[in-house]
Amino acid sequence: MKKIEIITRTFKLDEVKSALSAIGVKGMTVSEVKGFGRQGGHKEVYRGAEYQVDFVPKIKIEAVVEDDFAPEVVEAARKAAHTGEVGDGKIFVSTVDEVVRIRTGETGEEAI
Amino acid sequence: MNFTDNAFILVCAALVMFMTPGLALFYGGLVRSKNVLATIMQSFIMLGLMSVLWAVIGYTLSFGSDIGGLIGGLDFIFLKGVGMTNAGSPAENLPHLTFMIFQCMFAVITPALITGAFAERMKFGGFMIFSALWLILVYAPMCHWVWGGGWMGAMGALDFAGGAVVHMSSGAAALCCAILIGKRKGHGSTAFIPHNLPMTILGAAILWFGWFGFNAGSALAADGAAANAFVTTHMATAAAALSWIIAEWMHGGKATTLGAASGAVAGLVAITPAAGFVTPMWAIALGLGAGVICYGGIMLKNKFGYDDALDVVGIHGLGGTYGALATGLLATVNAEGLIAGNAHQLWVQFVSVVATWAFCFAMTFIIFKVVDATIGLRASDEEQDKGMDIAEHSETGYQW
Repeated sequence: MKKIEIITRTFKLDEVKSALSAIGVKGMTVSEVKGFGRQGGHKEVYRGAEYQVDFVPKIKIEAVVEDDFAPEVVEAARKAAHTGEVGDGKIFVSTVDEVVRIRTGETGEEAI
Repeated sequence: MNFTDNAFILVCAALVMFMTPGLALFYGGLVRSKNVLATIMQSFIMLGLMSVLWAVIGYTLSFGSDIGGLIGGLDFIFLKGVGMTNAGSPAENLPHLTFMIFQCMFAVITPALITGAFAERMKFGGFMIFSALWLILVYAPMCHWVWGGGWMGAMGALDFAGGAVVHMSSGAAALCCAILIGKRKGHGSTAFIPHNLPMTILGAAILWFGWFGFNAGSALAADGAAANAFVTTHMATAAAALSWIIAEWMHGGKATTLGAASGAVAGLVAITPAAGFVTPMWAIALGLGAGVICYGGIMLKNKFGYDDALDVVGIHGLGGTYGALATGLLATVNAEGLIAGNAHQLWVQFVSVVATWAFCFAMTFIIFKVVDATIGLRASDEEQDKGMDIAEHSETGYQW
């Protein structure tokens, strides 16, 4: 099983969610995060005082899927989140050892 | 006694009362979220502390029978003899109680104005003692000098609604406090970004609204002078909001909402001493100058290195000073300034500016040092990290 973490622009949340739902991803977790990469931060000015804001608000979407399904999910997410400008974000894929559905006790791919 | 005037001034008193919670929101939005309650409290509780002190001792020190031009006597201590008729009232058209409560609201907001200078780092207990002493030792004498029959009024200084009594005095005290209490922890390395600008802008709007009571009410009658003060107040404020954002735009930035709100307050401050003495057109000119000058004023703290957290010196100190001098320059209504051929008025205004700054700064210095040495005023670094809301009040502004 693979965990796919998509960190991207906040306004892309709905598009990514719809794209993943459309190809059959059954659940996901979303959080508001802050960070920076090549985009860097931005400047804010209050009464003439300039502040460099390093951490830019982003959205993080996490979904766990079967191994074979993962490449399709990554591609769908990438297409949905893509604008072509610096700051589109990143997708991380990692291996998940175990999943347990709390209600039934099912484990492994059954529990996804 | 005039019933129309009485009705008008009572409403104006309520308008001025509303300025203090407006100021609380104005300041509250400008601090970081961990200090929002402590900052709001420092304004709001002045409605409690200053009102009681005013009735007990402040009013009589300000408006009691004159002692050497310096202070009022104890005739009205505990509001003795301050009643429903105009007997003994400094304004013969008003019940003495009406005059007293209108003046009370000015005494409430003035110490609240100072709190912007030491925001995010002042202990609450020491702050309360400091503010109480400040009312008695700085505000009451200033009020007496200008409006209570003291030397400054006798000299002919023009201060329609409190340029010296309210704004220069709080501005001078703010400068003194900002220097003495020191910079906030993390100053220069941490970003002090306002946590809720919509709150600040709402606060500025409430100030603008309440200021009609402040300035038009200072005519102390429902007459033409009140109408003039109402209009000049509005026009100067409008012009200053515009000129501030134009200044920041041309200075290489963008027109900001905080700039519009700050400009409006700068205009309100600057027109305060002049409201009853200038024409609406000169009020626009005065306001245009106020926005630009106070925009420059907020840069001073970076140049000189004091941490006037919410720009009380730049806006109230400088704006009040500019307004007092501009009154000497532009007065043509019920008074004569330089453009009416009376150069002497400008000199009188200048003397009142120097005396106000010197007296308020020096007296604030003494009060601060005494309270700091006995009770303590500056919050520790740990308390500042935690936030003043938790450290001083055991509560937080937002639950999430």
